[in-house]
Amino acid sequence: MQGLPFQPEQASTIAKSVDYLYYFLTAITLFFTAVIFLVIFYFMVKYRRRSPDERPKAIEGSLPLEVLWTVIPTLLVAVIFVWGSVLYFRNSEPPRGAVEIFVTGKQWMWKVEHPEGQREINELHVPLGRPVKLTMTSEDVIHDFFVPAFRVKKDVLPGRYTSLWFQATKVGTYDLFCAQYCGAFHAGMIGSIVVQEPDEYERWLAGGAPGESMEQTGSKIFQSSGCATCHVNDGTGLGPSLLGVYGHPVKLTTGETANADDAYMRESIVLPKAKIVLGYTPIMPSFQGQMTEEQLTDVLAYLRVLGKAQPPAPKGEVKP
Amino acid sequence: MTETEARAHHPGLAHQFQDLEQQQETDTLGIWIFLVTEIMFFGGLFAAYAIYRWLYFAAFEGGSHILDIKLGAANTMVLLASSLTMALSVRSAQTGNRRSTVMFLVATMILGSIFLVIKGVEYNQKFEEHVVPTLDWAPQGETLAKIAPGGVGHAEMYFIFYFAMTGLHAIHMIIGMGLLLWLVLRARKGTFTGGYFGPVEVVGLYWHFVDIVWIFLFPLLYLIGGRY
Amino acid sequence: MSTATLEPRVRARKNYLNADYGWRSWLFTVDHKRIALLYLVSITFFFVIGGSFAVLMRIHLVEPQGALVQPETYNKLFTLHGIVMIFFFLIPSIPAVLGNFLVPLMVGARDLAFPRLNLLSWYIYVVGGLFTLYSAIAGGADTGWTFYTPYSSTYSNTQVTAVAIGVFVSGFSSILTGLNFIVTIHKMRAPGLTWFRMPLFLWSIYATSIIQVLGTPVLAIVLFALLLERVFHVGIFTPALGGDPLLFQHLFWFYSHPAVYIMILPAMGVVSEIIACFSRKRIFGYKIVAFSSVAIAVLGFLVWGHHMFVTGQSVYAGLIFSMLSFLVAIPSAIKVFNWTSTLYKGSISYEAPMLYALGFIGLFTMGGLTGLFLAALATDVHLNGTYFIVAHFHYIMVGGAVMGYLGGIHFWWPKISGRKYPNGWAQLAAAIIFIGFNLTFFPQFMLGYLGMPRRYAFYPAEFQVLNVMSSAGATVLGVGYLIPLVYLIWSMRYGPVAESNPWPATGLEWKTPSPPPTENFAETPVVTEEAYAYAPEEAAGD
Repeated sequence: MQGLPFQPEQASTIAKSVDYLYYFLTAITLFFTAVIFLVIFYFMVKYRRRSPDERPKAIEGSLPLEVLWTVIPTLLVAVIFVWGSVLYFRNSEPPRGAVEIFVTGKQWMWKVEHPEGQREINELHVPLGRPVKLTMTSEDVIHDFFVPAFRVKKDVLPGRYTSLWFQATKVGTYDLFCAQYCGAFHAGMIGSIVVQEPDEYERWLAGGAPGESMEQTGSKIFQSSGCATCHVNDGTGLGPSLLGVYGHPVKLTTGETANADDAYMRESIVLPKAKIVLGYTPIMPSFQGQMTEEQLTDVLAYLRVLGKAQPPAPKGEVKP
Repeated sequence: MTETEARAHHPGLAHQFQDLEQQQETDTLGIWIFLVTEIMFFGGLFAAYAIYRWLYFAAFEGGSHILDIKLGAANTMVLLASSLTMALSVRSAQTGNRRSTVMFLVATMILGSIFLVIKGVEYNQKFEEHVVPTLDWAPQGETLAKIAPGGVGHAEMYFIFYFAMTGLHAIHMIIGMGLLLWLVLRARKGTFTGGYFGPVEVVGLYWHFVDIVWIFLFPLLYLIGGRY
Repeated sequence: MSTATLEPRVRARKNYLNADYGWRSWLFTVDHKRIALLYLVSITFFFVIGGSFAVLMRIHLVEPQGALVQPETYNKLFTLHGIVMIFFFLIPSIPAVLGNFLVPLMVGARDLAFPRLNLLSWYIYVVGGLFTLYSAIAGGADTGWTFYTPYSSTYSNTQVTAVAIGVFVSGFSSILTGLNFIVTIHKMRAPGLTWFRMPLFLWSIYATSIIQVLGTPVLAIVLFALLLERVFHVGIFTPALGGDPLLFQHLFWFYSHPAVYIMILPAMGVVSEIIACFSRKRIFGYKIVAFSSVAIAVLGFLVWGHHMFVTGQSVYAGLIFSMLSFLVAIPSAIKVFNWTSTLYKGSISYEAPMLYALGFIGLFTMGGLTGLFLAALATDVHLNGTYFIVAHFHYIMVGGAVMGYLGGIHFWWPKISGRKYPNGWAQLAAAIIFIGFNLTFFPQFMLGYLGMPRRYAFYPAEFQVLNVMSSAGATVLGVGYLIPLVYLIWSMRYGPVAESNPWPATGLEWKTPSPPPTENFAETPVVTEEAYAYAPEEAAGD
């Protein structure tokens, strides 16, 4: 997909603003490079040596000049810093109501899972005009999810979740690249983002194999792996109830409070002894190696749903 | 007469220096800068240790409780004493006392050897308790009970740092022993006098540094959390 | 150049080159000048090796599917190109060749503070180089020169251990060289040579040495930890044991960012010397330029996180690193303005060294300004991991550091070899290098913004035109580099004999014969004038 010869297509809500900053930086670069080149060239010609014994007078320096060419670049970079930072901050958190899609990178492919259950390999269908938040992890080494047309990029790491978001503004198919060297076929870890009109996207979602949603798969895993045995919804189990937990603060035995985000939930499954909920004992076994990254994200999707429910009334007694 | 001829001659004066004073100042500055590089070297390892200890405190505490605090404390005393004997040997060299210089250098070497022997005993204990990462990692019984609460995996991380940090330190000690031996051989010949004792001072600074690293290692590795 | 009487070609005076003969007199020398030549030979060797890898890469990339090698081989080529060029060419280049040769001469001493340590530095460098060569011959490593975990620690089954040992060992060479320079500059300056009378080359070497001494040990420890991981399969940086791959990146970049200032500061020092000599004027704002070197060294330690903006690190950390990265650009800009102002009302000649120095200023300005794109958070998100980065650092390291190195070699060649080289050929080569360089790397800025990631063994067809342009430019650049190799070697036998001060230039190194005698100075010089005393005596004028 070819945009202008100098830049990729502008296909997201932030592409234009990133490009404007880029144009400004390009203008500054060309301007100062030209100024330096021209001044040097001018001096080279004007002050070329005219006789072998020429000895020009010494000029020590000039404090006013030093101040001038310190202050002006400082102001200039301050402007660029603020501009770049503001844009970055604005783009760091997705707006509400984002479509949440899970991405797993592995050598050398991208695996995508829609909450409705649709799976894709090396392709990501998204609706036009709606914010899309990707929650990503890697099964092996560090990868990087890069969509030039959207001007977004984020590393994808093993053992944790990273996220990025975008909102597509143009229907079309756009390059997806892995941008963190990951081994032999790093160059082959490419794909496409397919932006569709919302109704077409719904049709696409509904079409294909009528699979389960991620939440449904996650719920099944929750049962089959035995999680439900201890994590009883009404709080009478050996482990804490998970209703109303995701996205809320959790008190730990150390006295600290953790935020039950993606990373916390994942850690609780693979390294349960790392943080113990206040009032409980470290008896939960680890499920590291027993669930694939995709199964973990399925369970995560289920836990997110549970997180929206009302927690049970607090218990009085602590179980031994 | 050219300057070269007029310069004072001393067998220990290197050709690039004007006089012994310049040589000694230069050597001293050199060793200090070298020690700064060593601080940065160990510093990287200490920084990584600090991060993992903050993340996995319970596991580090459990691992720390497996170490033999008596042996660790003994080693601390041994090294502190060795720094004393080292400083005394520098003093002896400064005053041109050949016998004392050799005696204190030998004492430092003996104390250094005691340290290494105790370290060897401790390393052996780790093998017996099967808490050597990768090579022999199978903690059982009481050992396992101490580290299980923090997570056995994270406790293995603690032991990686234990072996890496004490191992690097031990390597530096062994190099120090070699330097001390070299000094002993030179001192016996009466090389060091009030005017020329630079090498003793330089090795002394190195030895003190290696001692100080241990002073940090001991509490960081052996004294985590409450005890007994 | 003045037409002072040249010394007779027959019966060369005794100097450091002919003071002693035989391989032992070279391999066991403690003469800093001979050690500098040992380094010159070895780093030229590695430059040819690293350059050959680059040539193979650019040939391979003329076709989208890759024209030359399998992807696995391509990955090894860019890895070894980076490792060889950075650790075995750029980092040692100016300090170990020009610094070793010139620092004692410039301070008016007989040798460095620790001559035997200096020789040991070279041997350590050679051992490191041998490990790296072994790694290349035994199949090569494919992790990229950045060795990111867990790929390098757990997944790659190539010669990572060998090459990591090679880099680890070479680091100690760098540390000892820096240590030697710091102590020499502090303790062995000739009478009258105060800090602010020192040539700016010494200031830049001093600032570089501070970085070498403080930063390189951290590289050593992170590679040590990586080796532990690979050899003993322990998981310091691997998630399975609770290890953190980002910790590797922090420790790695803590050294590797200041490392780029190790590569550029000495070149800036060379440029100061050349600009002063070929404008016959004191560098404008001498003290400011000196302080800027130190400022760059200090600030350079505070910006490493700008390599990690897209790793998922906290946005607040990103903010701080971004701001500091902008700040470190200011002293460099100040230097560029001061060098340019030195030309004002100077008496300018265009011998080859001057062409290299002026080329440096232009290319470094461009390369430095493109760094602003990367310091700015919002644009770095798009540009990180693409060819924009590749272009940016090649502008600084090749357009900057290599041009500075070549300029220095050409400037001090008469002093080092006692011979002069043909100026016409040298100027031609400088021009070819300048043109070839821009043809090679400018298209890569465009490729980067278009979205072509780096380290790609094959790429979508839409990127082919710019890749072909870049490869064509690389051919020109390669030719440009070969020319000096030819005439410099030619000059050692057939070049006209050089007088003590052929340009002429100020500085103690020019007050001794070309080539200098082993002891440098018959008598310790006493310094009575300021640096760059090109102007006529105050009496003759105002």
